Amino acid sequence: MEETRTYTISVYTENNVGLLNRISGIFVKRHINIESINVSGSEIDHVMRFIIVVRTTEKWVHNIVGQIEKQVDVIKAYYHNDEETIFLETALFKIGSHLLFDERQIQNIIKESHSQIVTVSREFFVIAKSGRREEIETLYEELRPYGIMQFVRTGRVSVSKAQMEISTLLKEFVH
Amino acid sequence: MELKTIKKEVSKSVTKMRVTGAEAVIHCLLAEGVDTLYGYPGGAIMPVYDELYKFSDRLHHVLTRHEQGAIHAAQGYARVSGRVGVAMATSGPGATNLVTGLADAQIDSTPLVCITGQVARHLLGSDAFQETDIVGISMPVTKWNFQITKAAEIPEVIAKAFYIARSGRPGPVLIDITKNAQFEEFDFEYSKCTAVRSYKPAPAVDARQLEKAAEAINQAKRPFIVWGQGILLGKAEEELKALVEKTGIPAAWTIMGASALPTDHPLNVGMVGMHGNYAPNVLTNECDVLIALGMRFDDRVTGDLNTYAKQAKVLHFEIDPAEVNKNVKADVPVLGDVKESLTRLLPLLGAKKHEAWHEKFKEGYATEFEEVIRHDLFPEKDGLTMGEVINAINKSSGNKAVMVSDVGQHQMITCRYARFEQSHSNITSGGLGTMGFALPAAIGAKMGAPEREVVAIAGDGGYQMTIQELGTIFQLGLPVKIVVLNNEFLGMVRQWQQLFFEKRYASTNMVNPDFVTIAKGYHIPAERVTKREDLNAAVERMIKSETAYFLEVMVEKEDNVFPMIPSGASVSDIRLK
Repeated sequence: MEETRTYTISVYTENNVGLLNRISGIFVKRHINIESINVSGSEIDHVMRFIIVVRTTEKWVHNIVGQIEKQVDVIKAYYHNDEETIFLETALFKIGSHLLFDERQIQNIIKESHSQIVTVSREFFVIAKSGRREEIETLYEELRPYGIMQFVRTGRVSVSKAQMEISTLLKEFVH
Repeated sequence: MELKTIKKEVSKSVTKMRVTGAEAVIHCLLAEGVDTLYGYPGGAIMPVYDELYKFSDRLHHVLTRHEQGAIHAAQGYARVSGRVGVAMATSGPGATNLVTGLADAQIDSTPLVCITGQVARHLLGSDAFQETDIVGISMPVTKWNFQITKAAEIPEVIAKAFYIARSGRPGPVLIDITKNAQFEEFDFEYSKCTAVRSYKPAPAVDARQLEKAAEAINQAKRPFIVWGQGILLGKAEEELKALVEKTGIPAAWTIMGASALPTDHPLNVGMVGMHGNYAPNVLTNECDVLIALGMRFDDRVTGDLNTYAKQAKVLHFEIDPAEVNKNVKADVPVLGDVKESLTRLLPLLGAKKHEAWHEKFKEGYATEFEEVIRHDLFPEKDGLTMGEVINAINKSSGNKAVMVSDVGQHQMITCRYARFEQSHSNITSGGLGTMGFALPAAIGAKMGAPEREVVAIAGDGGYQMTIQELGTIFQLGLPVKIVVLNNEFLGMVRQWQQLFFEKRYASTNMVNPDFVTIAKGYHIPAERVTKREDLNAAVERMIKSETAYFLEVMVEKEDNVFPMIPSGASVSDIRLK
């Protein structure tokens, strides 16, 4: 069996209803769990960008990207390993405000983690932390003993080190 | 879609008409050259049927007896003619009954446009009567699908649907139209779609890849061609013939590629795959260059991938980039339209004969003839074989019939023994293996090629899955010939039970009705053959008949199809018995 590793799949698409379903179906078909998925606008107007993280083999990710790319509404799809991309995730932690005064250590944890305080109220405060998965997990482990009221993390967002020639592709269509 | 994501043909005389969405659907179909469609009415598609009534002089709507029959008929029409097949159904169960046909057309690359009615927009998502999310359901089994909720979207979306269905690697498209959009009026104008921004039908042929392929072919000592349906879909039959004749390379076909080169062509060495011919299967593992043309290395073709053509340099000519390196690693992929690729490849190739290599195929055929073919076609035992029935059809039709087979033993026997003179003569459910395909597909095939003899061949199992389409044949007065090879078993499953499950015949024996009486109930002339001496005359009567005709042949109950590559075994381990 070939070695599995983490791959980031980037998909540029038209902004059409149901495309998420069509793309996720390709993973379902092969019984692959999506580790995270993020859908947003891209550098091109009206073009959406999916960032999908999966753990699988090179052969399978190659096949999957081929099958994604042949969907009519998909403009182009790529895959990269972690060395070929710049990526991060963002997490929000909601924590009881009383802890700031009762547990002085929390202030140090926040300071050292380079996270941001998003809001503070009488009852709770929210901090945001962007970074690699491990950094967020470390912060989570540090805060957990004090009690985390809510925790949420985004899917990975990433840009590739190499160029992706979507704009050129789309220009060709106009001419 | 205010954004410019598709290109349209500049129409010469654009006259805007104020029409309803339902009428617009008809104008779109006419503009796309549709003359025949298959379907079944119901609540959510009634406005379109009302327009079909008004346009019945220009558009022939065939009422099948089940929506599955409609879509298989559209597939048969598309497969025989190369045109886009059209099927129509209502929402809910009407739409879900199309799903098997969509999956079949998707895996066998058949161009279809299916139109379904849907509940009105304001009811979407409310679990309304006969509401089902057919767009969601059909997503994995369509090349593209779309839900229209406004009449104004109809022309552009239908134009796009036909373009996508027929271009590149063809496939089924489903368009779901809410009932309010069918009733709404709008200013209609139509222009054909010529490009879609996010969709590349065929990659450009790369001259460097062609040169690499040519070099490999010119240096090859034992080159071998396996072609698939891509040759038929790409209309590259002449190019294939020119290629084999110039280079002298033995060429074999997948089931989906059958009939692209006549059976009698001296360089046609037969069928590859699980029940294919002995020589082309075994010699796949002896060739030095394997030239795959418009085929996708299905597991029924390759057997165990770890022992498939490992010694060979693989040249893969393919229109769909996702198929390259999917199953078999290609040493030289040649992406693009196969007709263009072969046209440009031919001048780069030297003329050869490869006589010694051909001898090996002849030896393999001689072995197979002694062990298998002789017993299938010229049996000495009492019971009738499926092979001799196919042989009788060959003789009576002068090898000119379109053979539309169902799924199972009779299908393999048909593909093995039918002799094809003309392209598009073998219509069968290859990738999906859909039992019940043959009878409705034969309806479409006969309408798509009315000048040709069309023979549906089914087993007693599959025949009963869509037997209701006898009603369609009767109502149309369509001269389709129907043969049931009755072994009172689900024969292929029984064969596997015999070989791999120690003869435990779980749920494979069939207690059948009187098929002749059933056919006669539909006023279709019918007869049953039980003895060898009656076979040829009965087949002759059937082929000569100017109306539909039903022939049941009682064949040996426990015959097996050989050769056989057991599931997961190597092509080298093909069994002759």
